[in-house]
Amino acid sequence: MPKWFMPLAGLTAVMFAAAPFIIARADYESTMGLVQKIFYYHMPSASMFLLSAVVCGIASARFLFRGSPRQDRVAYAAAELAVLFGAITLVTGPLWARKAWGVWWTWDVRLTSSLMGWMVAWAYLLVRKYGGPGSDKLAAGLALFGMANAPFVYISVNYWRTIHPKTSVVPTLPADMGTALWFSFVSFLLLFTLLLRLRVHLEEQRAKLDTLYLAMDE
Amino acid sequence: MRPSLTGICVLFLLVVSMPVACSANAPSRSAAQQPQPQPAPPSATDEFVPISQLPAQDQLPAAPLLVTAYAFVWVALMGYLVSVGRRLTKVQREVERLESDIAKGDRT
Amino acid sequence: MRIAWLVLKKDLTVEVRSLEIAYTTLFFAISCVLFFAFALVKEGKAPEDGAAGILWIAIAFAGTLALGRTFERERQSETLRALLMAPADRPAIYVGKLLGIIALLIAAEIVLVPLVAFLFQAPLLSHPFWLAAVLISGTIGFAAVGTLFSAMLVRARSRDVLLPVLLYPITVPVIIAGVRATAELLQPDVELALVRFWVMLLLALDVVFVTLALWTFEPLMTD
Repeated sequence: MPKWFMPLAGLTAVMFAAAPFIIARADYESTMGLVQKIFYYHMPSASMFLLSAVVCGIASARFLFRGSPRQDRVAYAAAELAVLFGAITLVTGPLWARKAWGVWWTWDVRLTSSLMGWMVAWAYLLVRKYGGPGSDKLAAGLALFGMANAPFVYISVNYWRTIHPKTSVVPTLPADMGTALWFSFVSFLLLFTLLLRLRVHLEEQRAKLDTLYLAMDE
Repeated sequence: MRPSLTGICVLFLLVVSMPVACSANAPSRSAAQQPQPQPAPPSATDEFVPISQLPAQDQLPAAPLLVTAYAFVWVALMGYLVSVGRRLTKVQREVERLESDIAKGDRT
Repeated sequence: MRIAWLVLKKDLTVEVRSLEIAYTTLFFAISCVLFFAFALVKEGKAPEDGAAGILWIAIAFAGTLALGRTFERERQSETLRALLMAPADRPAIYVGKLLGIIALLIAAEIVLVPLVAFLFQAPLLSHPFWLAAVLISGTIGFAAVGTLFSAMLVRARSRDVLLPVLLYPITVPVIIAGVRATAELLQPDVELALVRFWVMLLLALDVVFVTLALWTFEPLMTD
C-alpha cells in the first residue's frame, strides 16, 4: 500500500467523525425540517456514484484500447464502488423522499436513469464473475455504455420537469448548509479514493496469486 | 472508419443539446402524469428557500427516516470495508502459502 | 460500406433458405403478445394505455431471441471467426449484422402492430408515419446495442443469460422513449410536438449507441 494511504485514512476517519456535528449545526430547511439533513450524505454519495461510473468507463476505455491490465483492475474496483455508492444513494433518497414528496419512489428521469446506471454496474460485476474467459473485455465494453449514462443522470433534472431538485439548488445554499455539504463531500471523496486504492490492491494481490500459480506449474 | 475522440466529444455535445432544443416545445403531458408532490413552494426546486414561511406539515416523524438513512450509510460502508478486508486476507494467506511452497520447491 | 452490404446479403441469403430465425422470432413475439392478452384483457376490455408498453416489451423480447439465435448460428458454423479473419473493415461487419437484425425486427413489428392494435383495441395505426418513425428509431437503438453485445458474448460462458443482463439496462432509455412516444400516439388528442421530442431523443440515442458500438467493435472482437 502506498505511503499516503494510512495518513489519508486517518484524516478521512476524523472528518467523518466530525461531520455529524457540522451537519447538526447547519440550519433547518424550511419545508422539510429534520429529514432534509439526509441531503448531506445523499448528495455526496450520488456524486461518488457518478464519479465511479465515469472512472470505470475511462479505465475500461484505456484497457480496451491500450490493453493495460492495471486499468482493468481500476475498472473492476470502480464498478464495485459504483454499486456501493449507488446503493447508498438509492436508499437514502427514497427515505428522504417519503417525507419530502410523500412517495418512496417515482419514475422520473433522474431516479430512473440512476437506477439504470446502478443496474449496469451490477451487470458489470456479474459479467466479471460469471462470464468466463474474455469477460474482462465484455465488461469493459459494457462500462463504456454505462459511462455515457452518468452525465445524463446529472443534467436530466435541468432539462426535464422532475420532482427531484435541480442542480441549481447547490450553488444557492446559505453558508452554514454549504459548509456542511462541502465538508461531507470532501469526506466522501477522500473515502472514495481510499476505497478505490484498497480495492485495486486486492486485485493486484489476485493477479500476483495468478502469476504464482503459473510459476508453480512450471 | 474509426471515429476520433474529438469527433465523439462533439457528437456527444450535439446529442446532449438536442433534448434542450426540443424541450422548448414543452412536453407538458409528462408533468401531468407524475404524482402530485406534497405542497411545497415551487421555487424550492430552483434555488434554496431559507428559513421563513411554512409551518411544519402534518405527517410522518422525520427522525426514524433520518436515523435509518445515516445508519444505512454506515452499515454499507463498514460492510464493504469488512468484505474487502476479508477477501484481502484470504488472498494474502494464499500468496504466502504459495510463496513458501515455491521456496521449498527451489531448495529441494 | 460495400462490405456491410455483402454481409447483409449473406445473412439474408442464409436466412431465406430456411427462414428459421424469422419464423421462430415471429412466433415468439406473437405468443408473447397473446400471453399479455390472456393475462390482462378482462371481459373484452383491455387495460388503458397497455398497448404501447406491451408492443415494446414484445419487440424487446423477440429482439433478444433473434440476436441470440443469429449469433448462435454464426458460432456453430464458426463463420464469425472467418468473417473476422477476412480483410474487411471490422466496423463494416458490425454494420452488416446490424442491418440484418434491424430488418428482422422491422418484419416482426409489421406483424406485431396490427396484432396488438386488434387485441388491445388500440388505435395504433392512426398516425402511421409517426408510428413508423418511432418504431424504426427505437429498433435501431435497441439493435445497435444488441448486435454489439451479442457479438461480444459469442465466446463467453452463460451467453444466453448474460445477453439480457447486459442489454436491458442499457436499452432502458430506448424502451422508455419508445413506449412514451407510442402511448402519446394512442391518445385521442395527439400532441405531435411531444411525439417529435421523443423521436428526436431516440435518434440522439441511436447516434450515441451506434457511434460507441463502431468505436469499440474492433477491440472487443479481438482476442
